[in-house]
Amino acid sequence: MNIIDILRAAIGNTFRSKLRTALTIVAIFIGASTLTLTSAIGTGVSGYLDVQLASVGAPDVLSIAKTAPAAAGLGDGPAPWEEATVTANGAAATETAGSTAVLSPDDLHAIGETGGLTAVNPVVSVSPAYIGYEQRGKHEIVVGANSEMTRADLAAGSQLSVDDADHSILLPASYLQNLGFRSAKSAIGETVVIGATDYTGTMHEVTATVRGVQNLTLLGVGVRLSRALTETLAEVQSTGQPATAGTGYFLATARFDPQSTPEQVDAIQADLAEQGYTAQTVADQIGVFQTILAGIIGVLNAFALIALIAAGVGIVNTLLMSVQERTREIGLMKAMGMSGRRIFTLFSMEAIVIGFLGSILGAFAAIVTGTIGSAVLAETFLADLQGLQVMQFAPLSVTAIILLVMFIAFLAGTLPARRASRQNPIDALRYE
Amino acid sequence: MTSPLLEARDIHKSYGRGSTRFDALSGVSLAIDAGDSVAIVGKSGSGKSTLMHLLALLDAPDSGSLFVGGADARGLSARQIGRIRNADFGFVFQQFFLTPNATVLDNVILPLTIAGMAPRERKARGMAVLEQLELADKAKNKATDLSGGQKQRVVIARALVSNPKVLFADEPTGNLDTTTGRLVEDILFSLNRDHGITLVIVTHDTDLAARCDRQIFVRDGRQVHAPELAGAAA
Repeated sequence: MNIIDILRAAIGNTFRSKLRTALTIVAIFIGASTLTLTSAIGTGVSGYLDVQLASVGAPDVLSIAKTAPAAAGLGDGPAPWEEATVTANGAAATETAGSTAVLSPDDLHAIGETGGLTAVNPVVSVSPAYIGYEQRGKHEIVVGANSEMTRADLAAGSQLSVDDADHSILLPASYLQNLGFRSAKSAIGETVVIGATDYTGTMHEVTATVRGVQNLTLLGVGVRLSRALTETLAEVQSTGQPATAGTGYFLATARFDPQSTPEQVDAIQADLAEQGYTAQTVADQIGVFQTILAGIIGVLNAFALIALIAAGVGIVNTLLMSVQERTREIGLMKAMGMSGRRIFTLFSMEAIVIGFLGSILGAFAAIVTGTIGSAVLAETFLADLQGLQVMQFAPLSVTAIILLVMFIAFLAGTLPARRASRQNPIDALRYE
Repeated sequence: MTSPLLEARDIHKSYGRGSTRFDALSGVSLAIDAGDSVAIVGKSGSGKSTLMHLLALLDAPDSGSLFVGGADARGLSARQIGRIRNADFGFVFQQFFLTPNATVLDNVILPLTIAGMAPRERKARGMAVLEQLELADKAKNKATDLSGGQKQRVVIARALVSNPKVLFADEPTGNLDTTTGRLVEDILFSLNRDHGITLVIVTHDTDLAARCDRQIFVRDGRQVHAPELAGAAA
């Protein structure tokens, strides 16, 4: 029996008991479509993260923090107390328990001395109270942390420059309506008022010019302030602060040569790590997201695989029944000189045909529902995250899933196929 | 031909072990020449079917030797035995063993499909055999839609399609009424007479056995002379 005849016979036999085959296919369908969907989510979200990294991540900036001491283990007892020498900017002195994690001016100097780095700047965090435009009322304001790590994804206007001396601000697109702007364009060049309280609780107002409007991205939540504006606000906030301690910072940014190879960046990071600082590029930070995402997708895929293994048991069951029913047919074929190996191939092929049908239908259904669902989500819940397609179906991974399911089906088929191939023609022919 | 087509020398075969051990054959020797028509006669449980299975290489004896065309069957590989059964032997069993959902033609050409013959050629051969057995008009029918006699003719067509040297028939008329059984017998003996196909027929029907050139009587796994069997059957 040549392979085409075996394939034809296998397809024919698959449809002999239609209901039983259909039920087995449903089980595989569920597993295959789940696996296709979860892997599509993985492709979609991780693709979005990559695009974010490429479009808004600053490629030449390191975010540097002091490496936190290892957390005390359960039952280690309290660590020895150390007197705080610096207070983190933006935090009350009494709250600065982990003073060791704050970058002091000495630390900044040491980082600046590290080879390969230019322009080391502390990240000054400010927390102004409100933002207002004309007589539209005051609204709460969230300032994006560490905005130097990313470029804004602009809807209108222009980027902030590091060297801006004026008070400029980039507004998130979501602020426009509440502040009373009709469109992103109309906001450009307008003057907004930012209110901030000083150390004693007195409110001060600072004006700023809207330089641009930014789309919502994973990396850019909140408004961006020019450095001059940040410094002014920081000054306002520290007015009246007792000068008992020097000011430190949680974070600093440093630039390196954009032409650096990954090895050179690694060397800089290793150098900083040796001195007790943790340095991360935007890619590293996104890498953390990617790792978490990979973990979640891995768990989802594992569930889909469990469904597929259960479906594989279904195949075993179906084919065992089929072998039982066709005992005499197998005996006849053996009597007519068909080898055990060919019988094995025939039944394995039936398993593969079932696996193929289940996986191709499952993948197709997943692609249809996933594409529709993804489009609906992009219009509704996730409309603010421009460019996010939750599910993306990569032809390569869909093909890989179909092949994987067929392989699982083949493995499931080996047990019944082996049983069929080992039947003695005489016993099989006598079987009633 | 110097050596007989099929030869058995002192073959033994038993099933089971211990207290359930059953000796199906205990020392049978016989030779069948090309063109012979041989009836293996005995009551049920006498070992006659086992003898045919061994001669047809469907099973191997526990001891003793089997020769096919002068070659010792023990020296043949599984693949060679498969090829002999496929090309040189044809089988007609008491039950039809037709694949229910396949067409008559597909059932008939099964041995050729197993042999890996090209579809066009095997279809032509299948139609020729169906023609010979006056079943050509049923070629596209489902095997289940035929009468008992037609089914047995399909089975004979299937046995003949690979132009075998030997046709093994196990109770070929057992499932048929007398008239149809007679028709099937006529077909078998005309094949023997006109085409020189060796017949090995297992039966307990003495009329059918009498039409064969030779009768081999089996009782309790041993070859016996006819009168003994007749006496036992009486």
